[in-house]
Amino acid sequence: MPSLRRRRASGGEAVRAPDPDEKKPELRKPRKQQKWSCVDSCCWLIGCICVVWWGLLFSYNMMPSSFPQYVTEAITGPMPDPPWVKLKKEGLEAKHPVVFVPGIVTGGLELWEGHSCAEGLFRKRLWGGTFGEVYKRPLCWVEHMSLDNETGLDPPGVRVRPVTGLVAADYFAPGYFVWAVLIASLARIGYEEKAMYMAAYDWRLSFQNTEVRDGTLSRIKSNIELMVATSGHRAVIIPHSMGVLYFLHFMKWVEAPAPMGGGGGPDWCAKHIKAVMNIGGPLLGVPKAVSGLFSAEARDIAVARAIAPGVLDKDLFRIQTLQHIMKMTRTWDSTMSMIPKGGETIWGGLDWSPEQGYAVSKRKQNTNQSENAASTEDGNVEPNAKHAHYGRMISFGKDVAEADSSKIERIDFRDAVKGNNFGNNTCGDVWTEYHDMGISGITAIAEYKAYTAGDILDLLNYVAPKMMERGSAHFSYGIADNLDDPKYTHYKYWSNPLETRLPNAPDMEVFSMYGTGIPTERAYVYKQVPAAECYIPFQIDTSAVEEDKDRCIKDGVFTVDGDETVPILSAGFMSAKGWRGKTRFNPSGMKNYVREYDHAPPANLLEGRGTQSGAHVDIMGNFALIEDVMRVAAGATGDELGGDRVFSDIFKWSDKIDLPL
Amino acid sequence: MYHCLPANLPGLQPPEPPGERLRRNGLTALHPVVLVPGIVTGGLELWEGRPCSDGLFRQRLWGGGFAEIFKRPMCWLEHLSLDNETGLDPPGIRVRAVSGLVAADYFAPGYFVWANLIENLARIGYEEKNMYMAAYDWRLSFQNTELRDQTLSRLKSKIELMYVINGHKKVVVVPHSMGGNYFLHFMKWVEAPPPMGGGGGPGWCAKHIKSIMNIGPVFLGVPKAVGSILSAESKDVAFLRAMAPGLLDSEIFGLQAMERVMRVSRTWDSLISLLPKGGESIWGNLDWSPEEDHVCDSGMRVYQQQFEAKPNDTNGRRVFQVQESTKYGSIVSFGNTPSEMGSQKQVSLGNDASPKSRASCGNVQTEYDEVSQETIRKISEERAYTADTLLDLLRSVAPKMMTRAEAHFSHGIADNISDPKYNLYKYWSNPLETKLPDAPDMEIYCLYGVGIPTERSYVYKLSPPGRCRSIPLQIDSSADGSQNGCLKGGVHFVDGDESVPVLSAGFMCAKGWRGKTRFNPSGIATHIREYKHKAPANFLEGRGLESGAHVDIMGNVALIEDVLRVAAGASGVEMEGDRIYSDIIKLSEKINIHL
Repeated sequence: MPSLRRRRASGGEAVRAPDPDEKKPELRKPRKQQKWSCVDSCCWLIGCICVVWWGLLFSYNMMPSSFPQYVTEAITGPMPDPPWVKLKKEGLEAKHPVVFVPGIVTGGLELWEGHSCAEGLFRKRLWGGTFGEVYKRPLCWVEHMSLDNETGLDPPGVRVRPVTGLVAADYFAPGYFVWAVLIASLARIGYEEKAMYMAAYDWRLSFQNTEVRDGTLSRIKSNIELMVATSGHRAVIIPHSMGVLYFLHFMKWVEAPAPMGGGGGPDWCAKHIKAVMNIGGPLLGVPKAVSGLFSAEARDIAVARAIAPGVLDKDLFRIQTLQHIMKMTRTWDSTMSMIPKGGETIWGGLDWSPEQGYAVSKRKQNTNQSENAASTEDGNVEPNAKHAHYGRMISFGKDVAEADSSKIERIDFRDAVKGNNFGNNTCGDVWTEYHDMGISGITAIAEYKAYTAGDILDLLNYVAPKMMERGSAHFSYGIADNLDDPKYTHYKYWSNPLETRLPNAPDMEVFSMYGTGIPTERAYVYKQVPAAECYIPFQIDTSAVEEDKDRCIKDGVFTVDGDETVPILSAGFMSAKGWRGKTRFNPSGMKNYVREYDHAPPANLLEGRGTQSGAHVDIMGNFALIEDVMRVAAGATGDELGGDRVFSDIFKWSDKIDLPL
Repeated sequence: MYHCLPANLPGLQPPEPPGERLRRNGLTALHPVVLVPGIVTGGLELWEGRPCSDGLFRQRLWGGGFAEIFKRPMCWLEHLSLDNETGLDPPGIRVRAVSGLVAADYFAPGYFVWANLIENLARIGYEEKNMYMAAYDWRLSFQNTELRDQTLSRLKSKIELMYVINGHKKVVVVPHSMGGNYFLHFMKWVEAPPPMGGGGGPGWCAKHIKSIMNIGPVFLGVPKAVGSILSAESKDVAFLRAMAPGLLDSEIFGLQAMERVMRVSRTWDSLISLLPKGGESIWGNLDWSPEEDHVCDSGMRVYQQQFEAKPNDTNGRRVFQVQESTKYGSIVSFGNTPSEMGSQKQVSLGNDASPKSRASCGNVQTEYDEVSQETIRKISEERAYTADTLLDLLRSVAPKMMTRAEAHFSHGIADNISDPKYNLYKYWSNPLETKLPDAPDMEIYCLYGVGIPTERSYVYKLSPPGRCRSIPLQIDSSADGSQNGCLKGGVHFVDGDESVPVLSAGFMCAKGWRGKTRFNPSGIATHIREYKHKAPANFLEGRGLESGAHVDIMGNVALIEDVLRVAAGASGVEMEGDRIYSDIIKLSEKINIHL
């Protein structure tokens, strides 16, 4: 209506305006022409725009809801049948209750109590949804999203809590699905809320703290028990991303005796869980987490950045965006759960790495290439080999990244004395722990030149002692020598697959499902930023680029095969080797399957994020994956799915890792 | 410009919320809180539907914007109906209750239900860890919510969980409206042995529940339910109508709006749970009713005096009104005598009832089509129905619905409550046929508004024969005025909260359960807290901070304060016990049932 009225108004003006001229058309012809082109055309323009706008609005509302689909089909040909069409024909029906465990970042958070600047936001989403508040009051937003620096829990006077229910993570932002496609597909074969549960948790907290503060683990336990009792079937768990680690923690927690654990007894998992279907699980951590913690630079420590590229831009927080981000993210204990685990044994040392010899361009000619590479590896006699040293997760300068280990002079930084606070108070209220380090400390770090996965822990301990102190009470990154050691009953080991056993549940199945075929961050070339008054003193050296296609270095980042976020090594190793058969990490010998989904980008824009995507989040819309999940939920076993489905070199790489099993 | 407004401008100077003040006085969250919504207020969403509902997956059909009613009214009605035989889903359609606090915080944008209470609870420290909305599909009979959705099991598990993770603190349950009956059913269910019950054992309630704070409870039913079942005419079969008066207008559903609405709402078993319970001993009969002395308002008192000053005027009519209006006991009466009605009309009605003419009215059928005209005429000749005979009336006009629903609900008074037949679930939601659980430390509150005229009984007439009218009865809105001013538009009013008369809301707390009675063998303490209705002073106040209306009372500051205090640990004694404005004690005394 308003538009209609405006159109009329402007139309009326347009009609009235030429009147005085028409009285004496002959006399004033030239002037009339002039006047017409100036004021009247303006009015006409406005009138036309209003009419068109109104017309479009009207026709849009009148459009049948399936219209966009017609257009898409007209252009691209018929869409592939969604998986449920086939499966419903086969007679699949809802059987096992399903539990979704969302990952980091994708779950919504809402405000329950805040400072005065957050007025009117009660029970509104601070995270997820439209992120409108980030624009409106950025500093307030950062303040509320941060946790307490000492305890890793709520700061006083602020309560931000996870959204519960399926809405917690079905869409991350309007139109950006996470679980929605999977939920809709499951609903087609008869699922509804009584048999589907979103185990939403506050992904900023360390895993044990979600229980301490919110009772989240107890809630998950109680819900699974309820669903198993009412349906009569064991549950199928579908964790995504960090949810995989969270659920690993849960499985240990639930069987551990109270008060540290849930007191479910040693056969709880066997009784209640049919299968755990890990989607893109960073079981051994992600290198991205390192760069995120080290310099707040990961490409997507938040998916948010990809969605709203402007959100984190500098002008928003003035010049200190990254510092604000770093200060906020460093209060989130959960990011530390994803620091690479297993040290050099898994991730490689200065001179070797499991992925050595990986070449992007030749990946498709899988067999030949891999044989060649294997032969050169075995000899280990190619000091100047043109392969990347993925084992050096952080190196200072490109030359260091490529040089042979014997040529690198490393000066130990661990004993270096931290200098005085070099930025006095000119940096405003933004404070990162770098300001405590002083110039000598920073130089010492750069002098060490190359860091392996093992060194990285020391590095982080050095640059962010407070955070790591808090985090090391909740997470551990090593490999257990002797799993019977009673110290491993402590909860800090529960989310590290290399320091815990899987539960005693021989009938349970574990699936590792992940995308492949996308270059994924694996190692970084850093540089020291001069004049580090108010900046973070280290930056990824984006000038480090290599023309050679096989070398996988771009913008200072070495990439390997993966799903854009998690390298396949991290997602697949445990199921390919660590847990396969009866090992000390899997004493009951539960079955493990690797299911890979090769990435195929969407054919055109209309397809959205693709039905064959392998990207970390977009894979949740991958039809093949959805089909697998639906089959298992309806009762199929891993063997009925067809066992392993592998496109990458995961088995070869796993073989190279020398881990006592 | 709107976006640039500072956030606090529209409110100007909002009064301090009660939660804020109580927090300053040191109140903090102690007992977990369970909210049980009533009928109509809970949201429903679509999980599986017919092709016409394309694109509505997991969108709300009920609650929220109601946009779909306008877009595809027929489709919407079809999906909200339940199966006429089973009272469960029709084949191919799954509509489910929304879960979580969002289920009933706002009924429609801007129309709060629980939101105010939730916000104030949050101010003293509540969050989702210790607050749970026990949303259920309010269309189903109570036992069917367990059968289909396992809602009762879910509620049990949630209460047990919250009890454990909040340091073994018992829960405070806050049911609203029909939620009170639902929770009554739950308490019996949870202690009953499986498979019919939840198997919690006889001590479950004593162990897990601190108190039950019924807001606007309908323990003994509401007369309004009769109106809506009989002729789909109750003033708010849905709040819906009040909110969007045009919504159910004839234009949308064609000429037969009422018929269609009736057809849909008759598939909802839960409506039957709201029929008046206890029969004549509670609601009165042709000769007496507990509220018979009620005088509606001071303005009417003046009118009454004037009326009596002119005794000769319209003498016959006055006598007639004295007979009818003071007796609330006849919940449905046919005020117009057959002679006034005219036999001519009845004959034409009979003609109209031939199947042929019905068929021309399209495909809308209500059960009235199956009821012969003879029966309907007999019904109208009976002239008056009390709470007892009312059930017979409904059985004759809506046989299918009543046979379906009477397997789930009962409306009598138990003679011997130890009779094993009362173990059957159909008795569990009737407070007059069940015992409260054995939990002497538990407390029950009845919190309700008073001071608003509330429907109590109806004057009906036969519908004028219309071309497509298939509902033969309608409220006689011409019946107006009476000795005490309580008859307006064919409806007799008493004191209440606009939906529930005080009798239904307060009787159990005032008498039925007070002290050790046979309905309350362990002597659970009961408290009555009434809230006198005060209309909002100005437009800015919205729905008022001191409202006593059935739903608006959820924003009543005094009520919120009471709930918060109890949740923070106060007992009924600390709350200063009863707080009564109405005649509820007097009314209760007049009711003579064996306790």
